[in-house]
Amino acid sequence: MANNLTHLAELEAESVYILREVAAQFEKPCILFSGGKDSIVLTYLAYKAFYPAKIPFPLVHIDTGHNFPETLTYRDDLVKRLGADLVVGYVQDSIDQGKVREETGFNASRNKLQTVTLLDTLAEHKFDAALGGARRDEEKARAKERIFSHRDEFGQWNPKNQRPELWNIYNARKDMGEHFRVFPISNWTEMDVWQYIFKEGIELPSLYYTHRRKVFKRDGQWLAAEPDIIQRREDEEVVELDVRCRTIGDVTCTGLTLSKAHTVEDIIREIAATRVTERGGRADDKRSETAMEDRKKQGYF
Amino acid sequence: MAEDNGYLDMQLLRFSTAGSVDDGKSTLIGRLLYDSKSIFEDQLLAIEEASRSRGNEEVNLALLTDGLRAEREQGITIDVAYRYFATPKRKFIIADTPGHIQYTRNMVTGASTCDLAVILVDARHGIMEQTVRHSYISSLLAIKEVVVAVNKMDLVGFSEERFLEIKEAYCKMVNDFSLDMGNITFIPMSAKLGDNVVNRSESMTWYDGPSLLTFLETVPLPHDPEDRLRLPVQYVIRPISGKFPDFRGYAGMISAGEIAVGDRVKAYPSELSTEVTGIYLGAESRPRAVAGESVDITLKDDIDISRGDVIVSEKGVQPGVAQNFEIDVCWFRNSPLVPGKRYTIRHAAQDTVGVVKSIEYKVDITTQEKIYDTDRLVMNDIARVILRTATPLIYDRYRENRAMGSLIFIDDTNDTVGAGMIVSES
Repeated sequence: MANNLTHLAELEAESVYILREVAAQFEKPCILFSGGKDSIVLTYLAYKAFYPAKIPFPLVHIDTGHNFPETLTYRDDLVKRLGADLVVGYVQDSIDQGKVREETGFNASRNKLQTVTLLDTLAEHKFDAALGGARRDEEKARAKERIFSHRDEFGQWNPKNQRPELWNIYNARKDMGEHFRVFPISNWTEMDVWQYIFKEGIELPSLYYTHRRKVFKRDGQWLAAEPDIIQRREDEEVVELDVRCRTIGDVTCTGLTLSKAHTVEDIIREIAATRVTERGGRADDKRSETAMEDRKKQGYF
Repeated sequence: MAEDNGYLDMQLLRFSTAGSVDDGKSTLIGRLLYDSKSIFEDQLLAIEEASRSRGNEEVNLALLTDGLRAEREQGITIDVAYRYFATPKRKFIIADTPGHIQYTRNMVTGASTCDLAVILVDARHGIMEQTVRHSYISSLLAIKEVVVAVNKMDLVGFSEERFLEIKEAYCKMVNDFSLDMGNITFIPMSAKLGDNVVNRSESMTWYDGPSLLTFLETVPLPHDPEDRLRLPVQYVIRPISGKFPDFRGYAGMISAGEIAVGDRVKAYPSELSTEVTGIYLGAESRPRAVAGESVDITLKDDIDISRGDVIVSEKGVQPGVAQNFEIDVCWFRNSPLVPGKRYTIRHAAQDTVGVVKSIEYKVDITTQEKIYDTDRLVMNDIARVILRTATPLIYDRYRENRAMGSLIFIDDTNDTVGAGMIVSES
């Protein structure tokens, strides 16, 4: 808590510092861009960190093919505005190459398959650091992860033997073939992200605000029936409701919240009153108690 | 959204908690998170379920912070976990660290980014070995505010006498070991019952101080009063674009002091002076900036400045420039520190090669005893050593400026194997 900076100013300064360390310490970093608010804030911070120069990293999007079209529109607009490079890795390509097998059934998701596409994309472009918008308050395994997080040549995370990370000294040394995941907004909470979006007037995909959508309920969770991607059981009735996304993943793992929030202020008020975590709406985390740790060990985001 | 806007002005306090099994640390953190509504229903349900499946009779709040599979299986905290909560007054980041001696290094890691340390003492047991260790590490890492939370007061009948006894013993310990502990505040509490955690205790009317949360919300933290600007340069921004053909910005986080457009500054190691012509954060240009801010500055003269250089005020207190140091070291890995072995030393944004010339002494952090004639340091050792670097470091003493006085050791496996704090030039 230095010199009466506000928490947002302090968090911003920390993230900008980390982004500059990445530019200084790595040969070829990239930003993992999902179209979600965290990767949008991360990209915005990168814009600030290097202004008036362009962001010295391309944006990488791992595309499951199961997108909300709004996400892609937003992504393409942003890339154009920033003059940034965009690299897209397609999960469909990994399936076609026989590297992964498509899940089938009602709970089928390409979420897990993304890991292979991600690692292949990083290797193909020789990226040695992948910046992500993960936050420690999201999930208990992430709460333990370093800001500069080492990955072995198979892209795996070893939670038991992480590098010590002290003060603000980050060690990015590695051997050939290894890479790092770097999380500049590790110390932000969901509320910090929204307050920052409000303060800086950052534009977001329309999915974050209330809109009418055809949805259905599964395991107590509203899921999107349009785009028509998730296979529904016969008894899963489609209704039209006012909803918004609290997080954005691909269609199969994005839970929708009933909401009338039209503005960022509305959303901040809604979050202040909510009693469920944002990942509470993520089907991918519900597979087991340590689902996130297990996926991260394999090389997931 | 008047009341919501108010939240945009909060300050951030980072504090560490250290403890081991059964001292009530998890209960305390659980209560701070729960009472500030930072635990959500789905999290609570998940840990209730996990507790039941482990055969625990009560909800095991430790499962909130022990996130790794190995920790949950063994029922211990291994790694530092970061937890977040906010009240209308402040935002908090808790670095929750393990207390066991074999995780000393994780305690050091957790404390390195904190402004304040909460040290838990079980009122029944008083000062224990681990209390001494936590206190020593807080002192070593120059934590300026320490809260001694005397917990489980309900189990000693909320006895003022017992509280005072512990307070006295603690002060004596600090005195005996001549630790420079910063400010110490004692708070009697019962994390389980909630006494003096968020609300003042009705069972301890003899205590007229603040509850822990009130203290955390209001404790003022010291500013650096002196004129000693330090801006270690991380990166040079050169757009080389039509719009900004000649822009050359020196980017970094101000680690001390403040800077204003028009200030005379000096760059180290060249020791050439010039004037600040602009201060930027993104597209925003500002007249001044203070410690803690990441900025990008432009200078009047084209002097040679690159990553690792430090920009300071021309008139203020100057940094040291030296190659031989007395430093306090904490070692992290099984591969031992041996004098004569070459390590990469990273300090601020500088990288150089360093060799430990000699180990002065090792410290038994439980008894504070100095052990001389030591030829190597192993994992979790804390010691005073003499370090020589291949190129001079631009530095301040750790106690005066953390960012300019701290360094890490990197070995030939690329791993971070140790941490050092500069005590003085040698």
